[in-house]
Amino acid sequence: MTGSIKLQARLQAGSNIAALKALIQHPMETGFTKDRKTGEVIPEDYITTVTIKLNGTVVATQEWGAGVSKNPYLALQLKGCKAGDKIELAWADLKGDSDSAAVTVA
Amino acid sequence: MSRDVDRRTFVRAGVAVGVVGTGLLGTRVGAAESRAAFQAADVETALKALYGTAVVSETDQIEIRAPEIAENGAVVPVMVTITLPNPEDLAILGDRNRQPLALRCPLTPALGGELSTRIKLATTSNIVVVVKAGGKLYQAAREVKVTIGGWGG
Repeated sequence: MTGSIKLQARLQAGSNIAALKALIQHPMETGFTKDRKTGEVIPEDYITTVTIKLNGTVVATQEWGAGVSKNPYLALQLKGCKAGDKIELAWADLKGDSDSAAVTVA
Repeated sequence: MSRDVDRRTFVRAGVAVGVVGTGLLGTRVGAAESRAAFQAADVETALKALYGTAVVSETDQIEIRAPEIAENGAVVPVMVTITLPNPEDLAILGDRNRQPLALRCPLTPALGGELSTRIKLATTSNIVVVVKAGGKLYQAAREVKVTIGGWGG
């Protein structure tokens, strides 16, 4: 999968902390919902891991369950950043799909 | 004599196992344990699977910002601010969801104290945020009234 991630990273004024915002396109199916037309259960399909790298080094990981909303939004603060740094975010889901995207700290 | 050697070997093996075990716990719970935590049907089971204990203290050093009323339980914005010293790990749960644990992350030194996400809530229930800090578990909770449940099923 490609192009599923929108990323933004902005330095908070006068600090070395970057505010990272990510929006990911993903159905995040719980495995408990039925298809309204067919009545069949939609199999579970959700992102299980999110990895964040700063200039190529992993600085944070997250584990997600079915309880994270469809088309997940994530915002967090990364310390030790400066303008021009590269932040990369990657996800992997239960089905083995994955995607990654990178952004330059502004 | 040989019995003594056996005992030594045994003790050493035990220490080695202990060290390896501690190493794993110190960094992160193995993948199998955390999958079990995400599949747990209640908060207590999820916390035990993640942290080996469900003993938590209430704290005002975790602030949860979420809407009082969420018309759509499928998308409930949550913002967490942590001011606890030495935070190690974070878990966000919806206490009446079929699988309460939504998100879990180690609080690495690179992370600041604010995190926002959006979670599903099955019904009017509490968003529970648990933070491991200094080896102990702390929690804060916030009730959200849900008009239409968003967990499916």
